[in-house]
Amino acid sequence: MSGLAKVVSHRLFWPIVMLLVLFAINLVAFPGFFTITVRDGQLFGSLIDILRNGAPTLIIAVGMTLVIATRGIDLSVGAVAAISGAVACSIILGSPEPGNLATVAVAVAVALLISLVLGVWNGFLVAVLGIQPIIATLILMTAGRGVAMLITEGQILTVNSPPFKFLGSGFWFGVPVAVVIAAVVFGIAALVTRRTALGMLIESVGINPEASRQAGLRARGLLFAVYTFCALCAAIAGLILTANTAAADANNTGLFIELDAILAVVIGGTSLAGGRYTLFGTLVGALVIQTLVTTVYTVGIPPIATMVFKAAVVTIVCLLQSPTTAASISGFRRRLAARAGKGLAAS
Amino acid sequence: MSNVTSENTAVPRSPVVEMRGISIGFPGVKALDGVDFRMFPGEVHSLMGENGAGKSTLIKALTGVYGIDAGTITLSGAQVSFSGPAQAQAAGISTVYQEVNLLPNLSVAENIMLGREPRRFGGIGWRAMRRRSAELLAGLGLDVDPGSLLGDHSLAVQQLIAIARAIDVNAKVLILDEPTSSLDADEVAELFRVIRSLRDQDVAILFVSHFLDQVYEICDRLTVLRNGTLVGEYLVEELLRIDLVQKMIGKELTTLDDLEQRAHAVVVDESDAATFVSASKLGRRGAINPADLPIAAGEVVGLAGLLGSGRTEFARLLGGIDRADTGELTIRGETVRLRTPRQAIARRIAFSSENRRDEGIVGDLTVRDNIVLALQADRGWFRPIPKKKQDELAQSYIQALNIRPGNPDALVRNLSGGNQQKVLLARWLAIAPRLLILDEPTRGIDIGAKAEIQKLVFNLAENGMSVLFISAELEEVLRLSHRVVVLRDRHVVADLENDGLTVDSLLTLIADGRVASDDEALAEIEPTPTTQGGTR
Repeated sequence: MSGLAKVVSHRLFWPIVMLLVLFAINLVAFPGFFTITVRDGQLFGSLIDILRNGAPTLIIAVGMTLVIATRGIDLSVGAVAAISGAVACSIILGSPEPGNLATVAVAVAVALLISLVLGVWNGFLVAVLGIQPIIATLILMTAGRGVAMLITEGQILTVNSPPFKFLGSGFWFGVPVAVVIAAVVFGIAALVTRRTALGMLIESVGINPEASRQAGLRARGLLFAVYTFCALCAAIAGLILTANTAAADANNTGLFIELDAILAVVIGGTSLAGGRYTLFGTLVGALVIQTLVTTVYTVGIPPIATMVFKAAVVTIVCLLQSPTTAASISGFRRRLAARAGKGLAAS
Repeated sequence: MSNVTSENTAVPRSPVVEMRGISIGFPGVKALDGVDFRMFPGEVHSLMGENGAGKSTLIKALTGVYGIDAGTITLSGAQVSFSGPAQAQAAGISTVYQEVNLLPNLSVAENIMLGREPRRFGGIGWRAMRRRSAELLAGLGLDVDPGSLLGDHSLAVQQLIAIARAIDVNAKVLILDEPTSSLDADEVAELFRVIRSLRDQDVAILFVSHFLDQVYEICDRLTVLRNGTLVGEYLVEELLRIDLVQKMIGKELTTLDDLEQRAHAVVVDESDAATFVSASKLGRRGAINPADLPIAAGEVVGLAGLLGSGRTEFARLLGGIDRADTGELTIRGETVRLRTPRQAIARRIAFSSENRRDEGIVGDLTVRDNIVLALQADRGWFRPIPKKKQDELAQSYIQALNIRPGNPDALVRNLSGGNQQKVLLARWLAIAPRLLILDEPTRGIDIGAKAEIQKLVFNLAENGMSVLFISAELEEVLRLSHRVVVLRDRHVVADLENDGLTVDSLLTLIADGRVASDDEALAEIEPTPTTQGGTR
């Protein structure tokens, strides 16, 4: 019983249950849900689709997790994704050889470099000027789309470049490239923050900035680092999204993805108040969100009800995770146990 | 409120609060085990015990913050069961907690009336709110604009505002948890005046404090707890201090006496040690006027002065917490400008803040993480301290400082105040400081932990570490320091060898006796050269 209670009280218990429930619903609606087939040496199946379509959200959510751990938030990730897509596409389009690997490499490198600049900008506003993160990143969130629009000159830039398209819809040893990239980003973030002291220092700044400063932490440097990393993640996600459709759309690339990313972090159990974070939780959160989208299609929920369905599921997850719910559930269990105890005593 | 009669002093009437057989358990700990507790109207009661004795838990049981596992609570003869502090407050039990739990970004008036705002046409009656707050503040003798932001006031004033807030509720029972820990002598006297007047109105007051003097001054009755169990209930006038201390800690207290003798032995040894750090005309506008302070290796220098005298402000300059705008600092002959705490730490100067909660602990991190934090920050993030080394560090400090619970994975916010303080000490000791600045390290912690920390300061100094020690308790300053620097009104007014100094002589220096309101008397001391004894 106490072992079970421990499992139930784990902060990832309900998100994982939610994920399993969604899987079960899918399985009922579509018996072949778990089937993974190999076609032309490439993996296919619903689960693979979930991983591939969820990759951009996951990548951004990884960066967002670290930002949130410092008590911050980054609303500009969608705009940064749009800018990086626009930059890459305009470079490829402007090149005489759009299909050349070198061209694509340059385009990707420039897009990522620009995202670093954008991240430093966010970090500057938050760490140096001391602007509240939600306001600071709101600036780039709105301005960023405008910048992307200027880069694309208001057009949807369609590129015909196989190496670029490979990033979005290619396969690498049978695994979608987007999934590989997400795994690498996730792995590097987990490794760098948990194998070094970076994660602990980030949490410390998020929990108590002044105590951290007095303990000799370079809070400013850490903030620059996380906002820059988050922007880099956003740019990577933007490249995948753009490559997938082979088109840069300043208005719609990564639209509302910041909300999905924040949601993934929160579902994963990292508090918006900053402090302790869990990248694995974020992974589960991102999977829940993407599975939800897939479920909508497999179960055949009419498109007009999609948003309401999504909202309902998110509400349930948040309710299950709230401390108040946890307290009332444990109170209920205690009363049950007390009643059972009394019954025993009486008999 | 019942009328005030001579009945006050009559034989004990029925208690207003009666708790019987209270037990509360937390995962892995039994915080309270069958404790009885009662309070009488028109009496000031004290709850005494070491950290972890269960004082806070008992208070939280009474105020409905914690549910009880067993036992009964009776208020004015009727059995009650509160599901939260709001219910307890509605029933007449008001609390002011140790740490100020108010909202710094709201006005003083809003803080005082929060949750009970006067209504007008369905909205808030701002004018009535201001008037009522102003009355309450005036009743406390506080010259505070009700419209000003709470966060703009000092911790001491915030504490008094918290008390004003509690008094506003028509309280039958007023609980003050360490209310004086951030107050100076004047403010304490003021608070006591208020407590006495409330007592005379038949309010039952629970006064929890680690200051024995204050307990003996204000309290009528006290209850002693130890390790979650009841030791007994006593009338204050019938219990000798030494007996009380023994009941609280359950053993004879000899550590303090030991120190006294050793203190003076060391003074002689260290008199010719090299100067480690020296401040010269170091100052910061609005905080501390330029002052000199040399500290030798292995020397313990005490800073004495009232709250706001500049003692903390001066220490913060030495620790790199705030930047000095005049003067210079010399560390082992090298002139440095400390711009951040990080730079001070790199030169092995550690500053332990008096504000444990906001500037000290990182509550949601573990004991281990808190201990290695400064050391890790100093090494840089890419050179993590190996897990095994971290565990060794944590274990060794947990043992050396007797940190309880001795679990390196426990979250620091779940530890008692004294143990949090020890974790902070461990954090600073882990960087092997040459100068350790301790700002009120023993505030709000029990006598046992206090003795342990004092002893530690001693051993450190013997091993060549310099210590700058700040405490509101002059006895403590005198017991520990080789030299005492006295501050008043942001000036250093004296720098004295601790040789025959007494509390009385220090008090005379700090102010003209305890009542420092007499400006003329202060002016007489004023001409004292501000840097007397600055160069040795």
